[in-house]
Amino acid sequence: MKLPIKPAIFYPTLSIVILVFVWEATIRLSGWSEQVFPGPVIVFKAFLELLLDGTLFNHSVASLYRVTVGFYLAAILGIPLGILLGMHRVANSMVNPIVQFLRPISPLAWIPLAMLWFGIGDNPAIFLIFLSSFFSLVVATAIAVRTINPIYFQVAANFNFSGKETITKVVIPAITPDVVTALRLTIAVAWLVVVAAEMIAVQSGLGYLILDSRNALRMDYVMVGMIVIGFIGLFLDLIMQKLSKQDWLATR
Amino acid sequence: MSFIEIKNLSKNYVNRRNTKRAPDDPEQPGEMKVLDDINLEFEEGEMVCILGPSGCGKSTLLRIIAGFDTASSGEVIIDKEKVTGASSDHIFVFQQNGLLPWMNVWDNVELGLRHMENEEEKNERIQEYIDLVELNGFEYNLPCQLSGGMQRRAELARALAVKPDILYLDEPFTGLDYLTHLKIREEVVNIHEYIGKTMIMVTHFIEDALVMADRIIVFSERPTSIKMARKLDFSRPRNINKDPGLSELRDEIFLMLGVSYVA
Repeated sequence: MKLPIKPAIFYPTLSIVILVFVWEATIRLSGWSEQVFPGPVIVFKAFLELLLDGTLFNHSVASLYRVTVGFYLAAILGIPLGILLGMHRVANSMVNPIVQFLRPISPLAWIPLAMLWFGIGDNPAIFLIFLSSFFSLVVATAIAVRTINPIYFQVAANFNFSGKETITKVVIPAITPDVVTALRLTIAVAWLVVVAAEMIAVQSGLGYLILDSRNALRMDYVMVGMIVIGFIGLFLDLIMQKLSKQDWLATR
Repeated sequence: MSFIEIKNLSKNYVNRRNTKRAPDDPEQPGEMKVLDDINLEFEEGEMVCILGPSGCGKSTLLRIIAGFDTASSGEVIIDKEKVTGASSDHIFVFQQNGLLPWMNVWDNVELGLRHMENEEEKNERIQEYIDLVELNGFEYNLPCQLSGGMQRRAELARALAVKPDILYLDEPFTGLDYLTHLKIREEVVNIHEYIGKTMIMVTHFIEDALVMADRIIVFSERPTSIKMARKLDFSRPRNINKDPGLSELRDEIFLMLGVSYVA
């Protein structure tokens, strides 16, 4: 059988259609009311409503802004620190235990302190995003540095590379594939955390939309919020995936 | 005084996994002696091949001479100066993966020339050595886009472009197919005749040593000592099968390394 459109598009579309069908069927068969479990048609209507009055756009931008700032901060501080720890044995044995100790603490556990330190608004949320990404990036970068083939450092020594040249010409290009993978995993976590953070400290964002809609008992809006979160997460991952498939990374 | 002198050089490795030893073992507990009191001299312009059973420490010795590794005791003196680290006058050609994989052939060859002030001269020099190893047309290819033989030639170009005093070759033909192996071997011989630089090569291909070397050094098993050092006064190009002196020497080395019959 010849498909009317490309299989790469056809099958995912098919599975989404099936999912929507199962969703509708579940509601019909369970007998739950629309207030408890809204069906696809109602959710779609709510989606259009929130899209057209700009609510969705504003909340999405608010969430993406926090993730972007927190994530960039984590990358800008975490990757250089990871490089330092990867290259310096002493620095590593001093800092690594602290990093390893703080890393398993869920960023959500920091919420009380974050609110106390940064008040209400974007800052505590950004801080939580930062925490969710920072430690993983430090650890992943340090490991990437330590697993660089020692031959490359010998080449650097053989051609009298300065410390700076060793970092820019050997370390950074060598760890880039691993770091991009770490960024991809980390941004997914950051996106998970932003929604949770927005349920506590702020008055905007997709997390806030969900919480606020729950208080208003608008489960259709709640589900719109969830669906948009899913799509943006997918979109973020696609961007990172594109980035990791660049030619200049395929050199190992 | 010779160009390169190796004096009473020993190297021990700490073997963490094997700390229990027999009570009459003279070695320190947990230490493995790789090189034991090696004394060697190399003349300027000489092509020396080091042979030995695998694990005998011949690569370790080369890495110590090159300054990548340190000796446990003893010293290496090159041109009256004690070796304390790697130097861009002495270039090491690695067994594998010596090219920086994120740089194309041109940029790799440029590594040793990056401080040249005259841009034009530099580019000419890079092109000269890329042409020398017949890689013209592949200047902008990444190492992963080249065959094993081409990678090795690119590394040779990178090494030669800095006009080093010494070239260290660590099993440079390993992993190449037979024909490529022979071709690159011939190129290295030609390069040696052409530039006349000191070359020290570690190999486990006895034929390579016989065809290439001015002098062959055979190492014993661990802890390593020198079993044989022989000057080769055969004219080049050499043919082992046609020259009875060479084939005799080959059989002798094979026997020394524990292989009694070679077809």
